[in-house]
Amino acid sequence: MVGVTRESAPSSVKFDLRKQSVSELNQFLHGDLTHVATVRVENPDGAHSIAVAIDAPVRIEIAGHAGYYAAAMNQQATVVIEGNAGPGVAENMMSGRVEVAGFASGGAGASAHGGFLVIRGDAGLRCGISLKGGDIVVVGDVGSFSAFMAQAGRIVICGDAAEGLGDSIYEAILYVRGDIRSLGADAVVQPMTAEDIAAVTSLLAAAGIDASAREFKRVGSARKLYHWNADAKQEY
Amino acid sequence: MATRPVPEMPSARDAVQREESALYDRRILDYIERAAATGLYEIRGLGAKRRLPHFDDLVFLGASLSRYPLEGYREKCTTRTILGTRFAKKPIELDIPITIAGMSFGSLSARVKEALGRAATALGTSTTTGDGGMTQEERASSKTLVYQCLPSRYGFNPDDLRKADAIEIVIGQGAKPGGGGMLLGQKVSSRVAKMRTLPEGIDQRSACRHPDWTGPDDLAIKIKELREATDWEKPIYVKIGATRVFHDVKLCVHAGADVIVVDGMQGGTAATQLAFIEHVGIPTLAAVRQAVEALEELNVKEKVQLIVSGGVRTGADVAKALALGADAVSIGQGILMALGCNSDSYVQGGKHYSAEADYRLLKTASGYCHHCHTGRCPVGVTTQDPVLEQRLEPEVGARRVSNYLKTLNMELTMIARACGKQNVHHLEREDLAALTIEAAAMSGVPLAGTSWIPGVQPT
Repeated sequence: MVGVTRESAPSSVKFDLRKQSVSELNQFLHGDLTHVATVRVENPDGAHSIAVAIDAPVRIEIAGHAGYYAAAMNQQATVVIEGNAGPGVAENMMSGRVEVAGFASGGAGASAHGGFLVIRGDAGLRCGISLKGGDIVVVGDVGSFSAFMAQAGRIVICGDAAEGLGDSIYEAILYVRGDIRSLGADAVVQPMTAEDIAAVTSLLAAAGIDASAREFKRVGSARKLYHWNADAKQEY
Repeated sequence: MATRPVPEMPSARDAVQREESALYDRRILDYIERAAATGLYEIRGLGAKRRLPHFDDLVFLGASLSRYPLEGYREKCTTRTILGTRFAKKPIELDIPITIAGMSFGSLSARVKEALGRAATALGTSTTTGDGGMTQEERASSKTLVYQCLPSRYGFNPDDLRKADAIEIVIGQGAKPGGGGMLLGQKVSSRVAKMRTLPEGIDQRSACRHPDWTGPDDLAIKIKELREATDWEKPIYVKIGATRVFHDVKLCVHAGADVIVVDGMQGGTAATQLAFIEHVGIPTLAAVRQAVEALEELNVKEKVQLIVSGGVRTGADVAKALALGADAVSIGQGILMALGCNSDSYVQGGKHYSAEADYRLLKTASGYCHHCHTGRCPVGVTTQDPVLEQRLEPEVGARRVSNYLKTLNMELTMIARACGKQNVHHLEREDLAALTIEAAAMSGVPLAGTSWIPGVQPT
């Protein structure tokens, strides 16, 4: 394989996206990775769909910025993006861990069913939209309509949240430390319980963040939109 | 001679006057009555019920002195259909150009999904998952399974993606272009709720936009992502509800679709607002023509395949869709009716039972029912109820759907032979004539006995 260097097992493999295609990388990652510990992807240069639909407990390092859908549909792998990530990072993740050292664009963690996504910078619009399980921790701020229609899972936001946080949220729980510019339809601030404190403490620790769970507010669903109510104001 | 008494004629003043209003007919009176009584819009199943220009308004020009027919019994007429040749490593190969449309587990029972899979396998065609994800019943019974990727992403996961034979990105459906899926609480059973990651019994409304992509430029990247996820093996279909078909089809082509599915306004649903069903979207007839024109203008007619759906009911409908330029059709409502939707009876344990009492409970009758949304389907098709769903036995259902598909295919080949074609895909626009001006204009086919296509300048 061109551009691949192998060291002693468990091996570390390198890909250079200036010399190889994303398809070659993904096909390799979809193959037998029993003797692979780490894959380092160099010169990603914002390429789309890096490390998509991986199903192996391997470590993947993306040495730079990723385009759309990095680590999408991840299962078991630990994917570290050393730069920023484009829209849909870790979308539909099932398990495993994805870390973004920089900023994440829109739809980060969209529809993830499981796994753990950490964004060390800010996240753009619709962070955690349609979340179906899994946990997201954002060290910075999140953009508008984050957690839109989020069905299950947890999102910890250490910074601020913009407009429409948790619009039409189902059973996902949000924890926000900073300001919430506005809450979306059916999203309400709820009291933090002992379980919430324990959950946030554990999530912050898993993300390696030094902060106190007590500084966070809980946002959840008021459950008023669960049944179609003709008497409700139809502007919604 | 005594005169016989003349019978008294009823005076015009005594007769009950029954002058119907076309504007405020029974349908509208019922609509207003319901709105006034409940303050709710009507949600129902099935597609548009009102009369629309459709395939019935076209006829075939069978062989004559100027065209030579094929013998029905001895000369072969091929129905083999290949979908997804543009980019996929493993295109879909079907024995017939008639597929089973996407319908969710949730709107339908798991037993129905199994019946559909069995029938499709027997006929060498495909089924499609729906807004609830892939059930093991369907994957096990259906030899060729198209996996939908919808805005809701309920149950969507990479393991099922890898198990699929093709992927269909759903942008919209004919019954409600611009609207998302809907499943009312009575059908959100424990199993359905778990698959969709929702609380049991809530009224589910799916998102109408995809969570991780917005416009056509994003769609191109999304399509590539799904190809990467499956190592470029599986064909990617893009399904649109028929609105701005000409532009949408061009955009789908540019975004990299292998197959485009266009669903006209007659397309069915299990639960949608009436206003959506009857008043949003354009007829299938108009949609086919626009889709074909778009593909021809981009010169990709041989590379990108077109599947058409929305009120395809008969072999003649299939033949007309193909003649207009579709590569295949997809059927939803007709398939459910083959299973027994709107039938006055159901078969259980080898015996026929009347279903009329249960139609009456829904305040309807066989032949008039569109109450899929209630989950109380009298024949066990669009239900999650453990008692009602027993009224559809997978083996019986599979046999009925197989019979239906076989009949459609026979009619299709019969018509093709009558037009002198050895391959149903050779049916062409020139084999058709229109019976109405609207149909001529919409389908681009001349009015019978004339060379007139409204809006088209004669060459």
